[in-house]
Amino acid sequence: MQKFLFQGLLRGALTEPPPRPEDAMLAELGQALERAAREKLGRSLAIREVDAGSCNGCELEIHALSNAFYDLERFGLRFVASPRHADVLLVTGPVTKNMKEALERTYNATPDPKWVVAVGDCAFDGGVFAGSYACVGAVSQVVPVDLHIRGCPPDPVALLKGLIALVDKAG
Amino acid sequence: MLFTPEDPNSTAPAPAASCRPWARETVDDAGWRAAIEEIAGRKADLLSLWSDGAHVFMAIVGRATPKIRLVSLDCPQGRFPSVGVRHPPALRQERTIADLYGLTPEGSPDTRRWLDHGRWGLRHPDGEAAQIETASDAYQFSPAEGAPLHQIPVGPVHAGIIEPGHFRFSCNGEVVVRLEERLGFVHKGVDSLMAGAPLDKAAKLAARVSGDSTVAYSFAFARAVEAAYGVEPPPRAVWLRALMAEIERLANHFGDIGAICNDAAFALMLAQCGLVREKLLRAASACFGHRLMMDRITPGGVAVDLSEEGVTTLRSLLEKIGVMVPRVVALYGDTTSLQDRTVATGVLSAELASQYACGGFIGRASGRRFDARAAIGYAPYDALSFELGESTGGDVDARVWVRFDEVRASVEIIEQILDRLPHGPIQADLSAAPGGAEGAALVEGFRGDIFVWLRLAADGRIERAHLRDPSWFQWPLLEAAIKGNIVADFPLCNKSFNCSYSGHDL
Ligand code: SF4
Repeated sequence: MQKFLFQGLLRGALTEPPPRPEDAMLAELGQALERAAREKLGRSLAIREVDAGSCNGCELEIHALSNAFYDLERFGLRFVASPRHADVLLVTGPVTKNMKEALERTYNATPDPKWVVAVGDCAFDGGVFAGSYACVGAVSQVVPVDLHIRGCPPDPVALLKGLIALVDKAG
Repeated sequence: MLFTPEDPNSTAPAPAASCRPWARETVDDAGWRAAIEEIAGRKADLLSLWSDGAHVFMAIVGRATPKIRLVSLDCPQGRFPSVGVRHPPALRQERTIADLYGLTPEGSPDTRRWLDHGRWGLRHPDGEAAQIETASDAYQFSPAEGAPLHQIPVGPVHAGIIEPGHFRFSCNGEVVVRLEERLGFVHKGVDSLMAGAPLDKAAKLAARVSGDSTVAYSFAFARAVEAAYGVEPPPRAVWLRALMAEIERLANHFGDIGAICNDAAFALMLAQCGLVREKLLRAASACFGHRLMMDRITPGGVAVDLSEEGVTTLRSLLEKIGVMVPRVVALYGDTTSLQDRTVATGVLSAELASQYACGGFIGRASGRRFDARAAIGYAPYDALSFELGESTGGDVDARVWVRFDEVRASVEIIEQILDRLPHGPIQADLSAAPGGAEGAALVEGFRGDIFVWLRLAADGRIERAHLRDPSWFQWPLLEAAIKGNIVADFPLCNKSFNCSYSGHDL
């Protein structure tokens, strides 16, 4: 393991440096986000993720935000374990009827000011599950939504872009 | 809509006499009971138990020779002899049949509702639906009584970025005496959405039963449709399907190995494995235009072809993974503080894995050597050579090692595919729907075998479909594996299983 750690030290940050166009976009996004978060909120933003019926595809991409390529935390954004510590609820899924109350209670447990970001096509309008007896459909039918990030699932860059838009709006 | 024989307005065709590639036998009560005895007597394993409202179906696979048999029983009285009373692994599927279709498993020892939490406004949504008023049903957890015992309720909203479900721990101090799961929170009514859906919509639904297995589900669904149509997809499509399936398997194993170690507070592994996973997803996106490769396998073939550039991308990625794997394996194997947490934790006995016909790496880490790619065999795997991992340890550590073995096998498979990928078209013609035809398929996803059965209507729509996630037979085993462990080890055990909530809840 020491060898591994030592190699890591020598290699420096794994977070991708430019020059690949995608990385350049990432870096740019990151700077914009950090600036906006500092200016508008003066601190970092805590995110609580709530799966309200997703197929788990959206969760996989939300997870990816924390890997070394995207490294969400460098932008002042971090995932927290409790809604009571959160500024933002990141909600996925076509809100199943079996999860509706849990989503409402999570929302009510989140202190003001708070923002809700609905992630994925399911969260936008129920996606392929729209019209099912078992689903409510859009997240906005259950809690007020500040921003939708479309996609099935949205990729990490789309998620980052959406979060920047939110920080802009929140200010 | 429910099709019952006594319904004079029923438009349902009589169930087709045969299903492809495995014939379906219509049996009477005695035949049904004989099939139950086969699985209860360990001559065969239960693959799935489901209903279309008028019949119940059972798919079983022989143990001596892995031959699949489908049997069905008419239920004109809305009842069928319980399978669960003789074979507990069937209990949750039986409760689901009762919830969705309103058929009663006679003699079942567990009559509690399962996916139905009383919140749909309906009972038996896929059968004779009845409106209900309740806001929710109370649920009776199994008791665990005694002076020092206390209960810890967890979920449905968990502390991490994971799917929702409820766990009820009964503990003696820190030691878990009983865990009872309550699932169904992400039930989205897939059976109902499938009934009457046109093929393209149904394929999209199948791809979204469990997002982490989207390729495997699309693969299984496409094979079942093609079986019903009696059509073979072109060879290039078949090979590309396996290529996508193995990339998906690799990405999931890397993601999970990292996450398991992270739950033992070993974040270095998460970082390293997360890198490999991300590279795989980017390659998938470059080659097939979607990071998870959703909707890339379609009935009849595949939706996108792989370019020469794509082949080069994958080859150089494989090279990097080839360098990475031994380093990650050494990192895991040499870190004793990590193994301190994983060895002898969450042991699943070979006995239970065998009884529940537990698929995937969970089964293989507890000595059950079943893999649909090898045991049943389907194209192109019958033309590929690969080694299956196996262990008898049954603990978290064994599941990690078996996953490393699967990573190596997938790398081998992808190399063979890239070397031998045939040229030609990627879509077969599926225009003449044989109405009333049935098809079934069994495909090995990353977490185990995925079973699909479906019946086509005359216009090519899906009349009924049943998709069974491997998690059905893995979730109950998590309850057994956690017994006697401390509460703090639950995340580790849970992650090492990584059962699907969405796939199970459907
Ligand atoms: S938007 Fe797509 S990936 Fe996300 S939960 Fe819905 S089906 Fe799954």
